[in-house]
Amino acid sequence: MNARNMREKDVLMDKTVPDLNSAVAGIEDGMVVMVGGFGGSGAPIELIHALIDRFKATGSPKNLTVVNNNAGNGRIGIAAMIDAGMVAKMICSFPRSADPRAFTEKYLAGEIGLELVPQGTLAERIRAGGAGIPAFYTPASYGTDVAKGKPVAEFDGKHYVQERWLKADVAILKAELADTLGNLTYRKAARNFSPLMAAAAARTVVQATRIVKPGDIDPEQVITPGIFVDAVVEVADAKQEEALMRQGVAYA
Amino acid sequence: MSQKLSNAQIAWRAAQDIEDGAYVNLGIGFPEMVAKFQPPGKQAIFHTENGVLNFGEAPAEGEEDWDLINAGKKAITLRPGAAFFHHADSFAMVRGGHLDVAILGTYEVAENGDLANWSTGPKGVPAVGGAMDLVHGAKRVAVITDHVTKDGKPKLVKKCTLPLTGVGCVTRVYTSLAVLDIENQRFVLREKLPTMSVDELQALTGAELVLPNTIGDLVAPEL
Repeated sequence: MNARNMREKDVLMDKTVPDLNSAVAGIEDGMVVMVGGFGGSGAPIELIHALIDRFKATGSPKNLTVVNNNAGNGRIGIAAMIDAGMVAKMICSFPRSADPRAFTEKYLAGEIGLELVPQGTLAERIRAGGAGIPAFYTPASYGTDVAKGKPVAEFDGKHYVQERWLKADVAILKAELADTLGNLTYRKAARNFSPLMAAAAARTVVQATRIVKPGDIDPEQVITPGIFVDAVVEVADAKQEEALMRQGVAYA
Repeated sequence: MSQKLSNAQIAWRAAQDIEDGAYVNLGIGFPEMVAKFQPPGKQAIFHTENGVLNFGEAPAEGEEDWDLINAGKKAITLRPGAAFFHHADSFAMVRGGHLDVAILGTYEVAENGDLANWSTGPKGVPAVGGAMDLVHGAKRVAVITDHVTKDGKPKLVKKCTLPLTGVGCVTRVYTSLAVLDIENQRFVLREKLPTMSVDELQALTGAELVLPNTIGDLVAPEL
């Protein structure tokens, strides 16, 4: 066998899964689930809705802790998960939106937990989780209510707050291109938290607008290397959450 | 009070101090207006927390791409030389001292530079977003605000009473009546409306003003 054949035969791994149901199959009760996206930009709406479908059919997964910058908008995506009663707690920086009623109603009724994290701290906690750094110090929140109970230290005359890594059982993300090895690109500002979450979750599941073969994404253009990705499913006609919101779509 | 600057005029005044080529983050809401008033010949590069550098104005209605938004979830466009990056890089730009200016709105700002702009108290759903990060790291942290609340109470105070966003972080305040620097934990008056006396301004300010030898006139065009 010559070297050329070796290279072609080398690529045996294939992380594609056939459909959305298989993609979300490993998500169980009580798990911590990171969901990519900032508002509607990058929200993996089809994966979220597949998870809701499973919950409605089987009663599981429930008691989820969901990590996202926000806490859902309108009656779709994370808001629809909250409406369905699948979410026990949100870890986020900004649980408000154009239409935050799903979270707001449950929060004010004491039916959902909230861990409020400054946005940069949330990003860095997730980054640290994926990078094997258990804790770090940040100037953000020093001297504020958000820092209460957290260790503080002085470095070069300035005060910093200790924050801990944040990891997840599963991340569900939206990418533009994926190859079968899980290398990813994103579309415009839809990247946001997703590359960090991909690394911080024990299992990372990605919906991609198109799945291509290894080599079809220029290595110079790969944003998330496939080592951080476990499963990819193609959703060619993926919807955009903000666009759905503006059409008044409810997922029920 | 005889007159005051409109929000647009406050934003205009803040925009005059942004250097050509400065990297700038504008807070959600009122501060976004600053982008409209960049002086001719000075081009700032705007940063938004969700991972875009060098974005431009909003697209025409119907032209929005909802994957291309700012931290306020509003649709934006890109200028030539824009860049996308993930959230950890975005906040490395913020905390790492790479931004030249952050401009924020506020409920209260204290003479020691403490800022309270994220919560009006324990009611409702708390939400902080990127404010607690943004107040650290930018070389200048400026606040734009009405000088007093809707009820006429000072927003420039000796000590903040609302929950803090950051401690000792604000360097300059642009209000509807004055421009002030925060130096050595005091408000130093740099400019005031020419129609207003120092005593009148002091009466509307919740902390003692430091008066340098030269106090400029705060004058903005009709906008």
